[in-house]
Amino acid sequence: MQITLKSFHSLEVAELKELVIAGRKFTSRLFVGTGKYPSPDILRQSLVASGTEMVTVALRRVSLTEPDPTIAAIDFEKYLVMPNTSGAKDAEEALRLARLARTASGLDWIKLEVTPDPVYLLPDPAETLKAAEVLIKEGFIVLPYIHADPTLARRLEDIGCAAIMPLGSPIGSARGIKTEEFLRIIIEQASVPVVVDAGIGMPSHAAQAIELGADAVLVNTAIAIAADPVLMAEAFRLAVQAAEKALLSGPIEQQTHAAASSPLTGFLE
Amino acid sequence: MFEPLLNSVDLNLLKNRIYNASPADVEHVLQKQHCTPDDFPVLISPAAANFIETLAARSRQITTLRFGKTIRLYAPLYISNECVNACAYCGFNTHNTTPRTTLTRDEILTESDVLHRQGFRHLLLVSGEHRARVPVTFIADIARMLRKKFAALAIEVYPMETNEYQLLAESGITSIAVYQETYDRTRYAELHQGPKADFSYRLATPERAAHAGLREIGIGALLGLSDHKLDLALLALHAGYLMKKYWKAQISISFPRIRQAAGNFHASETITDSQLAQAVFALRMIMPDADLVLSTRENQTFRNGMAGLGITRMSAGSRTNPGGYSTEDNALEQFAVDDQRSASEVAAMLDNKGLEPVWKDFDRFFLS
Repeated sequence: MQITLKSFHSLEVAELKELVIAGRKFTSRLFVGTGKYPSPDILRQSLVASGTEMVTVALRRVSLTEPDPTIAAIDFEKYLVMPNTSGAKDAEEALRLARLARTASGLDWIKLEVTPDPVYLLPDPAETLKAAEVLIKEGFIVLPYIHADPTLARRLEDIGCAAIMPLGSPIGSARGIKTEEFLRIIIEQASVPVVVDAGIGMPSHAAQAIELGADAVLVNTAIAIAADPVLMAEAFRLAVQAAEKALLSGPIEQQTHAAASSPLTGFLE
Repeated sequence: MFEPLLNSVDLNLLKNRIYNASPADVEHVLQKQHCTPDDFPVLISPAAANFIETLAARSRQITTLRFGKTIRLYAPLYISNECVNACAYCGFNTHNTTPRTTLTRDEILTESDVLHRQGFRHLLLVSGEHRARVPVTFIADIARMLRKKFAALAIEVYPMETNEYQLLAESGITSIAVYQETYDRTRYAELHQGPKADFSYRLATPERAAHAGLREIGIGALLGLSDHKLDLALLALHAGYLMKKYWKAQISISFPRIRQAAGNFHASETITDSQLAQAVFALRMIMPDADLVLSTRENQTFRNGMAGLGITRMSAGSRTNPGGYSTEDNALEQFAVDDQRSASEVAAMLDNKGLEPVWKDFDRFFLS
């Protein structure tokens, strides 16, 4: 995400580039996951407090065909609901889950998560690319969850993914943004939105991601397992908004080292 | 395509940003760790000229980190000076009456042998625009002949279609250089007659070449045709666009200044050495990975000074008339070379400066 090129294009006021994914505009840059909450009612309240417009739902945790309390807590009119394939160990499993979700719900959006390792839940790049290719051909709107690998991000963008979702640190670890160097590169090079997903433990981490230039963040565990999820959801909302305002204010950046040097340009006289 | 982006630029805003940048604006940009294309107008501004030593230091640091203490060397091989265009500033202008020639296959081979003995392994094949005398198939044939002895072959010829670039890529061409000359449409129309007058077609040429899979795409502007700072800013925008869209291609940038050529064209403005140096530093600061090229149009002192500060590729010992390496024949030159040193003299200079002259930076076995 960037502030539009203000040296090249006239702007009435400074503005951040709008968040648009697959033609759908979002005014909130905070996306929220719906797992691990203590109750569907707390979930419902937390979503409201977060101000989010996009929620993700783990297909393995809900039923789309029978009455389900989590599903009941989510207002499908208010939020864009994106199923995710978490738990899938390979491309084939992810594909089956995605197709099932679409058949049951009519929802085209899919967060592609292929995580064969149940310990760290890190995404499998090869299976993710394989699954993404097929899903795109089948008309899904695909948002792949990946490690912060800039080349993989490019490859996924090339084949038509609607956004890229690189991790900050392992799912559920709450360790914050450990992949900063590579997120920076992804953000610089991407032509689709970049949503930092996984490992965001505190509102400051979310703010950091937005300040780095991410278009949005996805937060689940940090809100769901806080003692007061509703308050935490609000905190995250404020943090993301704070970061947006900071970017618009033309912030000072870290100083480079001043380097005294003997004249390099004497030859120009 | 780049054209819609170019059309969307508010030129008055851009000019204003360049010429009204204040020292405070420059300082604000300089304290950033990573400069972006949006910072380029400030870096190229008259205000930033007072900070040239700082720009030089930053440019040197970025270049050294990314490219090491090296300069890549190449030689231009002019295969023809025949041309159907009437470009006001060029020695090959179709109205200039001095002798024209297109080298034969054997003559090209002889020229290339001379260059090979001098140490070159990267060649830039150059011609004017004359499809009848220098057809694509001829260039392809030359490429197939030369690829056995040279690590990489580039072309700077007339704009082609994607399928033609594909044919050349299959024949061993790895890179292309095509300069828009000026991004000022009005000025462009004044200066060009013939097929080259098609601004849009030329503008889209780097993209057609990238589509064909050519690995290195060279763009540039001929500084002095129009407002050079404006041209540089639009050139930077063009480079940024290409780098993002064709992420597997290496982008290289050239910024020749108008030189004396047959036909006595006079430039709109004189660009000083300081201004050109500032341009190089500014480009390097916003594009750590671009290949920045300096030709023998520039004088010795300038080339010596700039090596290591931001430039990554240089030509040496150049002859811009077809046959110039192997004969004394004074067929029409494209431009008068200023740095007349031989390749080995330039290499020695680089060596003295603690820079390694790199003769080979590719391998024909990358290509099928």
